[in-house]
Amino acid sequence: MSEKPLHFMPTEGFRERSKAVVENEFLQKSFRAAMDFLMTKRAAQFPDADELESLRRLGERIRQNSLDKLPALLTQLETNLTRNGIHVHWAENADQANAIILDICKKHGAKRMVKGKSMVSEEIEFNHAAEAAGVEAIETDMGEYILQLAGEKPSHIIMPAIHKTKQQIAKLFAEQIPGVAYTEDVDALIQIGRTVLRQKFLEADIGLSGVNFAVAETGTLCLVENEGNGRLSTTAPRVHVAITGIEKVVEKLEHVPPLFSLLTRSATGQAVTTYFNMISKPRQPGEKDGPEEVHLVLLDNGRTQPYADEELRKTLQCIRCGACMNHCPVYTHIGGHAYGTTYPGPIGEIISPHLMGLEATATLPSASSLCGACGEVCPVKIPIPDLLVRLRSEINSKPGSGSPLQGQGAGYSRLMTAVWRGWAAIYANPAFYRLYSWLVSRFNWLTPAGQGGWTSVRTPLRPAPKRLRDLLAERE
Amino acid sequence: MTEAATCRPPRPQAVYFFATCVVDQFFPGAGLDAIRLLEREGITVHFPENQTCCGQPAYTSGFHDEARRVARAQLELFPEPWPIVVPSGSCAGMMKHHYPALFAADPALTAKAVAVSARVYEFTEFLVTVLGITLEDRGGPTKVVLHTSCSARREMGVHLTGRALLGQLNQVSVAQQEHEAECCGFGGTFSVKHPEISGAMVQDKVNALRATGAERVVSADCGCLMNILGHAAWKDRQEGRTRPSLPGEHIATFLLKRTGGAQ
Amino acid sequence: MRRTDSPHPGVASRPDGGSARDRILARLKAAQAGGRYPTPAAGEWYGPRDRNESPAERARRFQANMEAARAEVYRVNDGNWVEKLREILAAKGLTNLLLAPATPHGRLARQGLTGGAVACLAYDRPIEAWKPALFNDVQASLTAARGAIAETGSLILWPDADEPRLMSLVPPVHIVLVDAGTIHATFFDALQAENWAAGLPTNALLISSPSKTADIQQTLAYGAHGPKELVVLLKEVA
Repeated sequence: MSEKPLHFMPTEGFRERSKAVVENEFLQKSFRAAMDFLMTKRAAQFPDADELESLRRLGERIRQNSLDKLPALLTQLETNLTRNGIHVHWAENADQANAIILDICKKHGAKRMVKGKSMVSEEIEFNHAAEAAGVEAIETDMGEYILQLAGEKPSHIIMPAIHKTKQQIAKLFAEQIPGVAYTEDVDALIQIGRTVLRQKFLEADIGLSGVNFAVAETGTLCLVENEGNGRLSTTAPRVHVAITGIEKVVEKLEHVPPLFSLLTRSATGQAVTTYFNMISKPRQPGEKDGPEEVHLVLLDNGRTQPYADEELRKTLQCIRCGACMNHCPVYTHIGGHAYGTTYPGPIGEIISPHLMGLEATATLPSASSLCGACGEVCPVKIPIPDLLVRLRSEINSKPGSGSPLQGQGAGYSRLMTAVWRGWAAIYANPAFYRLYSWLVSRFNWLTPAGQGGWTSVRTPLRPAPKRLRDLLAERE
Repeated sequence: MTEAATCRPPRPQAVYFFATCVVDQFFPGAGLDAIRLLEREGITVHFPENQTCCGQPAYTSGFHDEARRVARAQLELFPEPWPIVVPSGSCAGMMKHHYPALFAADPALTAKAVAVSARVYEFTEFLVTVLGITLEDRGGPTKVVLHTSCSARREMGVHLTGRALLGQLNQVSVAQQEHEAECCGFGGTFSVKHPEISGAMVQDKVNALRATGAERVVSADCGCLMNILGHAAWKDRQEGRTRPSLPGEHIATFLLKRTGGAQ
Repeated sequence: MRRTDSPHPGVASRPDGGSARDRILARLKAAQAGGRYPTPAAGEWYGPRDRNESPAERARRFQANMEAARAEVYRVNDGNWVEKLREILAAKGLTNLLLAPATPHGRLARQGLTGGAVACLAYDRPIEAWKPALFNDVQASLTAARGAIAETGSLILWPDADEPRLMSLVPPVHIVLVDAGTIHATFFDALQAENWAAGLPTNALLISSPSKTADIQQTLAYGAHGPKELVVLLKEVA
């Protein structure tokens, strides 16, 4: 695994990528329109603020309960899945997960894979591993299919192709799919995708999917979707492999309805999705379809790191609805690709540092104005702004002086530390502060006209000639 | 406001005024006007001379030891059991919601921080929920637009109080901007660390505010005002306007002016 | 910067023996969580929200929600549903229908359609024996629903040997027979009342609309991968 074509190094080039997007008027308009659409739809699903708040509290408690008992629930899930006839695998990292899946392919001589939407499979860059192993892995979610044709990555976890226009997709289809004429008609485009992918479903010998909730009590994998490709991927081929992060487990079956409701309403503003697919067993004797073998891969890939810390553990409450990105003014202005991570937006800023280490992601937690919109809409009440602030402190502190996080101190700078120490020395001492503030007010004419990033779109900041304390003194 | 009136805490004789470093150094007039408004209500306003800054800039930048040192220096400023009025949602939010956790390692300081945080009020919140202030508008007809800071809105939950105060002014109509709840892009050091993103955000904010046709923008947060007015002025300069296309001020200044000044 | 042997911090090249499973569980156990949260009871949230609605009101709510999601809903009864089915098939110009002759409703439908323009097909062999035909030739299917949910306008299906999983998924038109008496107020109510936790089938499904997507510029389009049309025959007690 010495070479991976799409190595993520989000910190490198983050500024350039985001700058390119904010300067692109067309993208600004289309992201804005898309986010307005999703925000409006979500709001319409929660007309009753009290109901929303109490349901969020329940969702939070369910997820906290899951994490609280995580090792026991994973063992219970494994026991029940195994009893049901589903094979359970454990992977500590992407390489192990890819190896497990490709090994299953090999065992069955499977060369043609259909994939339901799975962000975890993006996280482990499965498609590259599959290609290297000679397995054709076809994305079947319409958005993912479009991106696979275009050679791109998702820019949103729920609406992967949200950055693309129908004109771009029309052009892409006409160029990439033999015999297809250019059309901007969305229904026609979807029917083209349907026709191509139906053939893939028909021919596939293995299917891969993600998991939205894994129920420990019953040994059940739940999948949420609108298109039906998830059901096809998990039903039509002879083998189904599901992959999920270890945090997706819930204790009880009765915990599923509230989380499902929070998920669909928060994500796309739907009361319910078209399909809710609960898989508990492989094909049983006498049954005429469904996979003969079902596998579940439980992936750590860094999740045990935030788990070890009571505050950071809240990161794992996430049910991947994407509402935080839909409501994030930064995401709205830069789109998903600028982040350079599998999971963009606010949730990406707090989960990616654990999946990839802080060296690679040191810029991300700073890319937030801490406006709090993400935390406000999070259906399981993850305190995202607080976690961003926590990560900033882990990044900026001297290596070895913070928590044992991979890459802790990656953003440590002696200069910045000295600047803040100097600031604290002045502001923690009233006499120093009085002197300092007196000087900057009296000599405010010395304020530089260029103040770095501030003055790129603003007039310079200039202290008032007299401080409030001076005005108060003059009154007396 | 009858509901607020029934559950209002007792009216204090005196308050502490924690001006914030931004008001002390950049918007002293706003601080003075807030104090005058409180005094006009018969409240004795104490300005602890040793106050500096709540510590938020270092805190949100991830320099927590430095933030703690500065915050620590503020904890001793409020010995009497008076409310602490802060003319900024974000500094009030820092003191109210982050001080206790900041000192979590030291039980004695935690207790002190909790005692302080319990008495912190954002300025407009204090006028409405504690004083139940009644305002009589003495100005001519005007249209303003209100920008509420994200901290006031989401951390303090006081996004309705500024609007309630403006609503008492008969001759003032309050315009409704698009994407009202969206951040102006200030975010403290965010505006310097990510100037392109912050710049795009403030540009959208200023466009939305200007599109309302309001004569001015008012806000209870000077951080947002620095950002919004700074961009509006920059844009005016870029486009050769000599008169500000979007003037603005702290809500305290506006309220005081509209209601006849300090008397 | 990124480790090439592992994209993942903290777990790379640690040849300390044991399986991945043991190491993951050991890391989780070392975190010493546990015991602070009682298992939440979802019923405490759903209970107070229970609407005291009559079966008729519940059926109306179910129908309204399904129709809002572009399903066609027809009120039928034991005496007329086959006739309604025939009408629908004719109106849509369909010439074949996949059904389950071993079920009572499948038998009735087949009897009712015999001699007409619609050929009745049966899912009577494993999928491997006729996959291309199912994908390419079948125009419509008829299955029963085990129940339904009023709150979200959802059908509950537990596919089985008679009505396998692909039957409600591959044909472009899916017709579902559901008994109005089986409509639950919420998903939670359904799985509590029927004690699903005691034993789930291979596959349990909620279906709430025809297959759809909004992946192209947030424009809603139906018939993404599953049925383009969903027809519900809502059977009431005559």
